[in-house]
Amino acid sequence: MEILVILVPLAIALGFVGLLGFLWSLKSGQYDDLDGAAWRAIADDEPASSQGRSK
Amino acid sequence: MQADIDFSHYLKNAGTGIVHLDLAVEGINCAGCMAKIERSLTTIPDVTLARVNLTDSRLALEWKAGALDPALFVNRLAELGYKAYPFERDDAETREGQRAQGLLRRLGVAAFAAMNVMMLSIPVWSGNVSDMLPEQRDFFHWLSALIVLPAAAYSAQPFFSSALSALRARGVNMDVPISIGIVLVLATSVIETVNNAEHAYFDAAIMLIAFLLAGRYLDQNMRRRTRAFAGNLAALKAETATKFISPTEIRTVPAAAIRPGDIVLLRPGERCAVDGNVIEGRSEVDQSLITGETMPAMVAPGSAVFAGTLVRSGTLRVRASAVSGGTLLDEISGLLEHALQARSRYLRLAERASRLYAPVVHATALLTVLGWLAYGASFHDSIVTAIAVLIITCPCALGLAIPAVQTVASGALFGSGVLLNAGDAIERIAEIDRVIFDKTGTLTLPELDVANLSDIPDDVVRLAGRLALSSRHPVAVAVARKAGAASPLPDIQEEPGQGVHGFYDGRPIRLGRPSFCGADDLANEILCHDPEASVVAFSHGEGKYAFAVRQLLRPDAADVVAGLVRMGVVVEIVSGDREPAVRLAAMMLGVHEWRAEVSPVDKISRIEELARRGGKVLMVGDGLNDAPALAAAHASMSPVTATHLSQAVADAVFLGEPLAPVLAAVKVSRKALRLMRQNLWLAVIYNVLAVPIAIAGLVTPLIAAAAMSGSSVIVMLNALRARARETV
Repeated sequence: MEILVILVPLAIALGFVGLLGFLWSLKSGQYDDLDGAAWRAIADDEPASSQGRSK
Repeated sequence: MQADIDFSHYLKNAGTGIVHLDLAVEGINCAGCMAKIERSLTTIPDVTLARVNLTDSRLALEWKAGALDPALFVNRLAELGYKAYPFERDDAETREGQRAQGLLRRLGVAAFAAMNVMMLSIPVWSGNVSDMLPEQRDFFHWLSALIVLPAAAYSAQPFFSSALSALRARGVNMDVPISIGIVLVLATSVIETVNNAEHAYFDAAIMLIAFLLAGRYLDQNMRRRTRAFAGNLAALKAETATKFISPTEIRTVPAAAIRPGDIVLLRPGERCAVDGNVIEGRSEVDQSLITGETMPAMVAPGSAVFAGTLVRSGTLRVRASAVSGGTLLDEISGLLEHALQARSRYLRLAERASRLYAPVVHATALLTVLGWLAYGASFHDSIVTAIAVLIITCPCALGLAIPAVQTVASGALFGSGVLLNAGDAIERIAEIDRVIFDKTGTLTLPELDVANLSDIPDDVVRLAGRLALSSRHPVAVAVARKAGAASPLPDIQEEPGQGVHGFYDGRPIRLGRPSFCGADDLANEILCHDPEASVVAFSHGEGKYAFAVRQLLRPDAADVVAGLVRMGVVVEIVSGDREPAVRLAAMMLGVHEWRAEVSPVDKISRIEELARRGGKVLMVGDGLNDAPALAAAHASMSPVTATHLSQAVADAVFLGEPLAPVLAAVKVSRKALRLMRQNLWLAVIYNVLAVPIAIAGLVTPLIAAAAMSGSSVIVMLNALRARARETV
């Protein structure tokens, strides 16, 4: 049972990392266009960027 | 296609040497469009970013400063078949967007905390019925407190602040019982944990916050979308004006950039984008968007012209003024102010529900305490039971019931071409029992059309259309468009105010006023049975023909009227136009109640008269003269071609040529209102079942959690039924 003292904070810390990830994704505008994002996932290929594709 | 827009007003700096431009694009509605546009624009050299936003139909572009002319993008999009216009995000939209973002951030925090606390609560619940030691339980409770207290302090702020402001104003809103509930539950849980008790309700408190925030976010996101589309509409109307930057030099600028005192040039066929006074020139103008009157009026130096006036024959110079001396505008704004003040604050369904809800819940909790004390339980136990009552009656379902339906219904409405301006519009449109239509521009299409095309031989129509291309008079433009003409005839002269003439096939060819073509008798024949039409005559050698040009009814107007009548709605036409014209329209649509030559004052008094008799009117209109009536009516809609003022006061704007969106709005709203009421009843039934269990003191945190999420999920699923598209 003493193992809980390590495992529980570890679990919460991992959850906290997840929260930070969410806040970052919100800040970087990933929720601005949910309809578009749904389609981008299945688009045939990403449009080539003007800098040329790095293969 | 207006490639001569001055873009400098819209360009923003996006870091070093990079320019940013936002375009509103018409017609992006699928993933294919998105990929096509992005692929096409990113191939242009020096473009660093081209990203379509499918939710808001917008396109963000960035490129190296000075390398490209923005008009290039607009032209490239036009080649692909999309109309694009630069736009500026207005403050209101930015504010709503930030609010939605803030709520989403708080929702994220609350949801994170709720999930992690659940991870700690489940061992406690299962441990309580098996072999958990009290020390271990307390350890888990303290951990829960450690997560929930800061998370709740941050994520419940919207409720606290709104409850405080309601209390300051000596009122009660939904947020007051919510805030009291949250604070009480958290305080009790902490005290219980200190006293090593068996139950703590940390998970219930944070879950409640998360569910309520979800409801708030849906509500706010709907508002944000509405604003975004309103911004797009403003941009797509692309109101530009031709401004004199020196006495001899003109430039096309966005209408928003015109200041009072600027001098604007108006050519035949152009629509005025500003209010002002004519300082030079004479012309026939079409003021149907202002007064509903379809007959052209004459303006001369000194006359007032309003935004939305269509110039027909001459060229005008107009001095823009903030408040033009037009008595009409003064009258309208006076009426409008009055109507907006008189707009008794409509009590939303949600507000009415919460007014009932708060006292009932608090009374129940209080009675529970008193009842248990009288029964002989300890003070501590009575309070804990009362708190359990507060938790179980949590307004989760209530907080989600209405926003969820509104969100789904507004999505369905958007699919049918209706954009909502106000959140409570759905409820108000659902309650109406009478629709009053304005005629000009609402029942009829705003553009002119040829009414007697079938009486004229096809080859004549084609020839007349080609000749009409040489004139910019709106009536001639209508003939050319209807004939599908593309190649103008050579060597054509224009006689200002008369028509165009030249030679074709060795014979003289003319198009213009009936007298100009010697076709007066033909014109009189048309005017006899269609007094509203503008007649344009065409002669080629000896052959003489007359085109009747007028605003035609929207293609499906009759079906929509019939559909409304079938739904038990009374239809009425109230128009500022002259009697014969209104009578004809009413006859064609089968509307029995109609009034003609109605002034803005009389429109309002008609609505008020109906309201006094308990009638609830949906006003549908587009003109400046309809604006006060739109504000006074129980609910209102205007077409996208309406004047700014009318669109701003209307509850909803509908797009496209058909009138079907009006019918769809009534149908979808009625269905949505039914679902909202159903949802409220579901919440009530749930409470009736759950409260006795709580009063009896049988609610454990596990039962509370299950009941809360269960009721919320049921309400959400019920709301999704609003999605079923109405077949109109």
